[in-house]
Amino acid sequence: MAELFFQYLMAGLTYGMIYAVVGMGFNIIYNATGVINFAQGEFVMLGGMIAVTLAGLMPLPLAILLAVLATMVVGALVELLFIRWLAGPSVLRMIIITVGVSILIREAALLTWGQGVRALPYFTGSEVTSLSIGGARMSPQVLWALGACSAMVALTTAFFRWSSTGKQMRACASNRTAAALCGLPTRNLVTASFVLSAGMGALAGCVVSPITYTRYDIGTGLAIKGFTVAILGGLGSSLAAVTAGLVLGVLEAFAVSVLPSAYKDAVSIAVLLAILFLRPTGLFAARVAYRP
Amino acid sequence: MRLHRQGQVGIFVVGAVALQLALVAAGKGFLLTQLTMAAYYTLAVLGISLLMGYAGQISLGHAGFFAVGGYTSALLTTFDLGPQRARPLVSALEQAGLLVARADGYGGEVLAVHPVAAALCAVALAMALALAVGVPVLRLKGHYLAMATLGIGTIVYSVVLGTSWLGSADGIAGVPPFPLPGGASVGGRAGGRVVNYYVAVLLLSAAMLGLLNLVQARVGRALRAIHGAEDAAGAMGVDTARLKLGTFVLSAALAAVAGVFLTHYNGGIGPSEASTMKSVKYMAIVAVGGMGSLWGTLGMSLALNFLSLRGTFGVFDDAVFGLSLVAIMLFAPEGLLALEPRRALAALRERLGGAGEAPR
Repeated sequence: MAELFFQYLMAGLTYGMIYAVVGMGFNIIYNATGVINFAQGEFVMLGGMIAVTLAGLMPLPLAILLAVLATMVVGALVELLFIRWLAGPSVLRMIIITVGVSILIREAALLTWGQGVRALPYFTGSEVTSLSIGGARMSPQVLWALGACSAMVALTTAFFRWSSTGKQMRACASNRTAAALCGLPTRNLVTASFVLSAGMGALAGCVVSPITYTRYDIGTGLAIKGFTVAILGGLGSSLAAVTAGLVLGVLEAFAVSVLPSAYKDAVSIAVLLAILFLRPTGLFAARVAYRP
Repeated sequence: MRLHRQGQVGIFVVGAVALQLALVAAGKGFLLTQLTMAAYYTLAVLGISLLMGYAGQISLGHAGFFAVGGYTSALLTTFDLGPQRARPLVSALEQAGLLVARADGYGGEVLAVHPVAAALCAVALAMALALAVGVPVLRLKGHYLAMATLGIGTIVYSVVLGTSWLGSADGIAGVPPFPLPGGASVGGRAGGRVVNYYVAVLLLSAAMLGLLNLVQARVGRALRAIHGAEDAAGAMGVDTARLKLGTFVLSAALAAVAGVFLTHYNGGIGPSEASTMKSVKYMAIVAVGGMGSLWGTLGMSLALNFLSLRGTFGVFDDAVFGLSLVAIMLFAPEGLLALEPRRALAALRERLGGAGEAPR
């Protein structure tokens, strides 16, 4: 029983880490622009898909690196083409635009890669390799995923706290006008937030793809869950987003143990709705600076 | 000159009749099938036009309400209650005339709920769901509302996809025709193509007339006020919560009615009708047709749905809708018809007589 519990826990943590990374991506872009980027989940999908394609041509680490860079370029393009030049767009308009962008990315992926399910090879070992921890068997890839995501969270936190660009992005998020008056290139910082958030999503998409697989249409589900996590964790704290992500992942894993797995998504969305209904005035209501 | 709404709907009906005659005369009567389906989808789109264009509330989950309508109708009209005939509830329903028996095509007999009763149940269920969901959801704004409705749509999708008695990935087939007075019926028989076309046109015209009345009356002004500035509208005494909820439920009901009739027309329904892409498609059509322009939305919806159903866009179907959504929102957020030609027309009209309506 304890082993089974541990097994579900590890599965939950793996998924939870992804949700946490997507949730942080939402936070970063929301902070910089006040926009919830509905195409957030597509970055995860793109990262995995591009890496799978490139992995056939070059060593795995290089493929992953290039995939992350390519997705960052896509993130920058999304901002440059669709967001940057709009003067004071309404929230409704921004939502619709990012929803449209997510459809475009998804359709492009469908036309490029087809409907098939893809996965990167395992980073170490193969699908039958397993480590025994606390009596539960698990793939070393789970450790890769957990490690990579944890490292990403830590690095992002450090980036926002200590690096000059990170500080500038926080200033921009806190008060865009004031930041511009101080001579900060606010528009470029917004682009940087898209690049950063796309890169994070892409890397997460690469490290989990051997376990969770990737497909052209995984974006929407990830976006909803990432959004849940972003709200659940509240804004401004990446640690809270990570906690929320892990909680949601574990909750989902245990829900699947009692419910048909087709309802897995329904569980986390029900959590989202419950949070939204219980805290309707929103945790985003106060636009505070990114305080990691 | 400005036509009254009855006149506008009249012109629409005349145009629909002319189109039917022209198509049949040209030997292209088969196109009426897709036009009929497009008309039913348009019914759902009009509800979203009211919700999004007038009340300014976004919904990314209306395909869910469409599917609730369609699936409820399909399930009730195909589920064989024959083996349960002895049960008191079933026999009571049969006594009340709510059940009908029909041949199932294999020589057997199916005892199922009467399509009219099933349709009423379906629409009531969708409205109840919209009400239950709307009360908490409509307190949310912007991103929250969009995500919450997206979530609801996704739940409906994953439930119909994951539930074996709803047919999982296959959906429900073998839905009987929906009987109408005078021996006609909404169903897929080839001979009934023209009748079905007119049923859809009439249903659409009736809905259009009702919606036009609604938006040009006090409710419509209040909705536009909510769109403009919700707090200000509230301060002026508009019961914003009630109006938004009413609009949401009404739009869900329209989507459900569309789902019911299209399901009967097609003889079945599948999970793709509940997919997020469908919801986005509806939203794209409203955006292209113009926020707050029911006629623009109706025209665009008929045209785009027809082209989409004909397979004009091929594998790029979803991409076309995504692209038009983005393009419209970037370059013409008021809709395609609100672009320069219309403004120029309005200016011309003003110069000629001054009787024209000022462009909004």
